[in-house]
Amino acid sequence: MVYSEDMKLLHEILAAGRGLADNLGTSLSALLMGYGVTSEVINEPGRFGADKTYVVDDPGLERFNSETHGSALLQTVKTVSPEVLLIGATKKGKELTARVVAGLGVGCMTDCTSLSLDGESRLIGKRLTYGGFSVAEVACLKRPQVATVPPGSYDELELSGIPSQVVRLNVVLSEPRVKVVEQRSKAEAGFGLKEAPIVIGCGRAFRRKEDLALLDELAGVLGAHVSCTRPLAADYHWFEEWIGLSGSKIRPRLYVSLGVSGTIQHVAGIRDAQNIVAINTDESAAIFNVADYGIVGDIFKVVPALTKQLRERLSK
Amino acid sequence: MVDIVVLVKDTVELSELKVDPATRRPILLGLNRRIGDLDKRAVEAAVQLRDKHGGKVILVSLGDDKTRTAIREAFAMGADEAYLLRDSSFEGSDTLVTSRILAAALRRIGRYDLILCGEMTLDSLSAQVGPRVSELLGLPLVAYARRIEVKGDRIVAERSYDMEDETVEVSMPVLISVVREINEPRTPALMSIMRASKKPIQDWNREALGLQIEEVGSHGSGIKVLDVKAPLMERKRIIFKAETPEKAASSLVDRLFKDGVLK
Repeated sequence: MVYSEDMKLLHEILAAGRGLADNLGTSLSALLMGYGVTSEVINEPGRFGADKTYVVDDPGLERFNSETHGSALLQTVKTVSPEVLLIGATKKGKELTARVVAGLGVGCMTDCTSLSLDGESRLIGKRLTYGGFSVAEVACLKRPQVATVPPGSYDELELSGIPSQVVRLNVVLSEPRVKVVEQRSKAEAGFGLKEAPIVIGCGRAFRRKEDLALLDELAGVLGAHVSCTRPLAADYHWFEEWIGLSGSKIRPRLYVSLGVSGTIQHVAGIRDAQNIVAINTDESAAIFNVADYGIVGDIFKVVPALTKQLRERLSK
Repeated sequence: MVDIVVLVKDTVELSELKVDPATRRPILLGLNRRIGDLDKRAVEAAVQLRDKHGGKVILVSLGDDKTRTAIREAFAMGADEAYLLRDSSFEGSDTLVTSRILAAALRRIGRYDLILCGEMTLDSLSAQVGPRVSELLGLPLVAYARRIEVKGDRIVAERSYDMEDETVEVSMPVLISVVREINEPRTPALMSIMRASKKPIQDWNREALGLQIEEVGSHGSGIKVLDVKAPLMERKRIIFKAETPEKAASSLVDRLFKDGVLK
């Protein structure tokens, strides 16, 4: 059984689930939880691989709350008894999953970027550990076998064919104890950054927001999307999103890091870039270990020089 | 008055990690362990709340003898007392078991207003223990908190999901997991470090927590780690160190065109 509160991620995980279900010779179901779930939404999972779609429609599920959604998911899992449970690894999904597996008394493999089955129908997952330094291969020992899957790990597969069977389930919910007093939407993270072929990342060598103007020229010449390491977004609020383990993981053709030291967490976000250029005054900065090309120098002198050279070369 | 329990874990220094070139496995033997970055921030949050409202900051940590170093770091930051959950049978515990052990300790402690912990630890990155513990204890949960205020017998907190920020309210007792943005942890003064050695650490073993052997360690775990390897990161590492920025930039641009990175 597969669940995510994010529809696109649900489709991606259905693709992962489809392969596993076929391998195990069982059916693949999707779970939809909410209030006033429309028939349009109910028909979606079937198009993306689900044999069955379970619908839990209850006023208590109108707004996400890990207590109510967790309780609903736990009740559903106890009714349906899936062999494998896959949940989308958004922040909400991870919070929800941890509560549900505690209720089920089973383990959970989190943030699995790939899933497979061994000879004994054990679910095997690959995931980052040590702050992004290494990849662990993990197996589930109890049933149901549970894993969370981050966005972008699987491509959604739109299949035509038999629409999935819809099954409505009821749950018993109580008032959640945590009350939401105010909610503020955030701009969709990752838009533009994840698709950009050339990305410039700035780090803490930039002390003042005005210094970022330096980057705009370079970005213009290269046609690059500008982003940053976590502190510049999360602490200084100069950007909405950042590149790293807890932010966006990018795979551009070219990544240019400016004044970035190269922490493990940031590197986890850039390791799939085809080419990495690093500019930093510190010769011993970790970023130089993971770069293809580097300049040891002052970004405030090198970047203008680089911009000028590139402008000349690229205009030919 | 708020009595706060902070769940802390000592982890290896990530910046010291090296890979065994033959096996590509991380070398963990002989590495120092320190209190985790997010756990420090949870301790800082607890100490700030205690300083404002009165009460106690109690640390709970699952570890071994070396974990006392991390506990003393947290004492130096201002925590008052600690329980070290230590037993050879705890070796190999996953999050299912770890949360079970921590919950048992919290039941034994009995009375508290708030439990704080980091969103996740940076070694395993699973982000499960906080929510699991809240579920086992039947407590409400506020995950991903970046601001916490005490208002009478209630907590007002701000937390961030992927697509929205929320302000929430809940009555204590409650478990709250904190994110990096909640605060900057203090650097303890020398006096605090010295005083830290006098604060009490109580050891609780498996029996003291009322747990059976089958419930803990690898016996009780729900997942098993089969292998850990550093992924291949073959990079060219061509560094330009010319006399002038112009020369360095020129060399870099030439190379990028030559190698077909730019056209």
